Amino acid sequence: MASEQMNGAEMVIKSLVDQGVEVIFGYPGGAVLPIYDALFQQNNIEHILVRQEGGAVHAAEGYARSTGKIGVVLVTSGPGATNAVTGLTDALMDSIPIVCLTGQVPTHLIGNDAFQEADTTGITRPCTKHNYLVKDIQDLPRIMHEAFYVAQTGRPGPVVIDLPKDILQGKSDCYIPPEDVKHRSYKPQVDAEPSKIEQAVKLIAAAKRPVFYTGGGVINAGDRGSELLTRFVRKLGVPCTNTLMGLGSYPASDPQFIGMLGMHGTYEANLAMYNCDLMINIGARFDDRVTGRLDEFSPNSTKIHVDIDPSSINKNVMVDLPIIGDAARVLEAMMTAWDEGDYQLDQKALKSWWAQIEEWRAKDCLAYTQKGKLIKPQYAIQRLYELTKDRDTYITTEVGQHQMWAAQYFKFEEPKRWMTSGGLGTMGYGLPAAMGVQRAHRDSLVIDVAGEASILMNIQELSCIAQYNLPVKVFIVNNQWMGMVRQWQELLHGARYSESYSASLPDFVKLAESFGMVGIRCEDAADLDDKIMEMIDTPRPVVFDCAVTQDENVFPMIPSGAAHYEMLLGPDDKAQRPISEEGMVLV
Amino acid sequence: MSPRETNIEKRTIAVLVDNEPGVLARVIGLFSGRGYNIESLTVSEVDQLKNFSRITVVTSGTPQILEQIKAQLDRLVPVHRISDLTNEGPAVDRELALVKVAGTGEKRVESLRIADIFRASVVDSSHDHFVFEMTGKSDKLDVFIDLMQPLGLVDVSRTGVVAISRGPKGL
Repeated sequence: MASEQMNGAEMVIKSLVDQGVEVIFGYPGGAVLPIYDALFQQNNIEHILVRQEGGAVHAAEGYARSTGKIGVVLVTSGPGATNAVTGLTDALMDSIPIVCLTGQVPTHLIGNDAFQEADTTGITRPCTKHNYLVKDIQDLPRIMHEAFYVAQTGRPGPVVIDLPKDILQGKSDCYIPPEDVKHRSYKPQVDAEPSKIEQAVKLIAAAKRPVFYTGGGVINAGDRGSELLTRFVRKLGVPCTNTLMGLGSYPASDPQFIGMLGMHGTYEANLAMYNCDLMINIGARFDDRVTGRLDEFSPNSTKIHVDIDPSSINKNVMVDLPIIGDAARVLEAMMTAWDEGDYQLDQKALKSWWAQIEEWRAKDCLAYTQKGKLIKPQYAIQRLYELTKDRDTYITTEVGQHQMWAAQYFKFEEPKRWMTSGGLGTMGYGLPAAMGVQRAHRDSLVIDVAGEASILMNIQELSCIAQYNLPVKVFIVNNQWMGMVRQWQELLHGARYSESYSASLPDFVKLAESFGMVGIRCEDAADLDDKIMEMIDTPRPVVFDCAVTQDENVFPMIPSGAAHYEMLLGPDDKAQRPISEEGMVLV
Repeated sequence: MSPRETNIEKRTIAVLVDNEPGVLARVIGLFSGRGYNIESLTVSEVDQLKNFSRITVVTSGTPQILEQIKAQLDRLVPVHRISDLTNEGPAVDRELALVKVAGTGEKRVESLRIADIFRASVVDSSHDHFVFEMTGKSDKLDVFIDLMQPLGLVDVSRTGVVAISRGPKGL
């Protein structure tokens, strides 16, 4: 049955409404004017006007990660689309569901080097999960609905729909609702084979030194994923570590939580990984930041790997038992099998395993000394955590030292509270992401933990925050250095600090005030708590410029090319062997 | 796991895809972006009604890389099915070559004689050239082309491998 006549732009809006979209992040331009015209004439969808298209994608990522919904972006052709590429790549690496609508020149001009033309589907092919160029209005409704299905099912990711202007202006009665669209080829596997679940619980029951290593896949499996993980790990009484992406999937205050693992993970987490006899990886992908040196990565363990993406299996690390499926469904099946089989862990072995872990934990690898007036960055972040932990808080970060300190000192009790650019490591992510989070959670406390270098990468979005009066708090850990670059130059390049000093910084207080926001600067440790409280109590956007000591490095650290047992615990700890040439090549 | 590894194997993989714009670019981009080898690649529509194309790709790598290649191909949204024809039982693989040889006299006669032995057919000729068409396994084509080299070989065009599994089952 034919629907009513509408033009392509109206069909785009109708599809978004039918998909349950309530907000989109975008920036207008010539090729998408018909969509902006359609937006103007309706009240179902709110549009947030960012200040650069890259900000739109990060804002949509923040929205998606803090809600579990799909983030929607609308940008114009040419530069609008190319500016979105970094955000799309970021979303691909971190498995964030995004639908990005890009304008395109009219179909008869495609390939003519028309004004603001770019080969958007060509450029975005490697940085999206899938992309579409709509060449016929008859295909438009199907493609819109397929895009939402592809973005959110299986391993989530960004999907681009390139929309030529003549398609947006053309009229048709071909609209169909989402339920009439079935994808022909894309059907991800979500349920594991029962025999593998059986094998997994048998391996767990036989383990003497097991560890759960869980990542973003648990969070992407919905709140139920984290709930089931927590219940299962508590039932077993075994240790659990999280990746950077997985923080919050297991409550950090729980004694069975042994911290984040990897390059800047805790001593106890990394040594547990090295010494375990059974590793249960759920929704993590053996990233190089986690494994360190591959040939010495947990050499004596049996490895179970649960992942929804078959291409994650045996990519970096060969595993003994791969299980393809959705993390929540697999966890549920494992728990059922565990209960039905009436399995028991070897309690004596588990007790001595915990004794060993407690010994490592006693090293207190995140300890630091705060003395006098100058603020240590770790202290700044720890105080920020202590003063916000009992509130309804969401944290985003930029990329660098402050990001790692935030990961180390914030304790996340539940999923979707922590938004950071993990895979791509995109400086400039945190501010726009915080915008998206705040738009989704208007009454919550949303803090972008930033560095003074990263924040300048998308500083224009302060204007967007001001326009919508989103009460985002920007907490700048200001050491006047690109801290992580400086740290690597110190450790790996003979302290030759090439181009890593943050010269000509703005006065962040005046900058905030120029946007009509509140600016706070803190230079004295004695004032820190009061000023953080002042920030929290301000019901408007705040930029907090926290001056910290300049030469602090992030510890613990596994130097590049080293194994888990070769951690540096602090500035006085020398690498057990000099960093190899091979290690230097790694980033 | 390191690039120095020596257990390199060759595989022929068949991929059934939706015949839509950009699908070949997706497959090729996957190989170049992730540093996989393509030894040959062919593509053509095979079912107009269902809008299916079939890609046959010959690739090489360590067993771990080959498993990755298959998983990555399978992950592409327009891919319906993939089949590792080398590994999943016996398969027939064939390639077609057009070979142009120019010359006169004894060399010209000799090229025709060899073409006859290889069951290549003449698809174009004049007093001073032949174009041979030959179908067979790739290594047989290699031998034929080698033999034509001293006899005035001027041009070669090859299709790349197409392959299909033996027995009654389809992809």
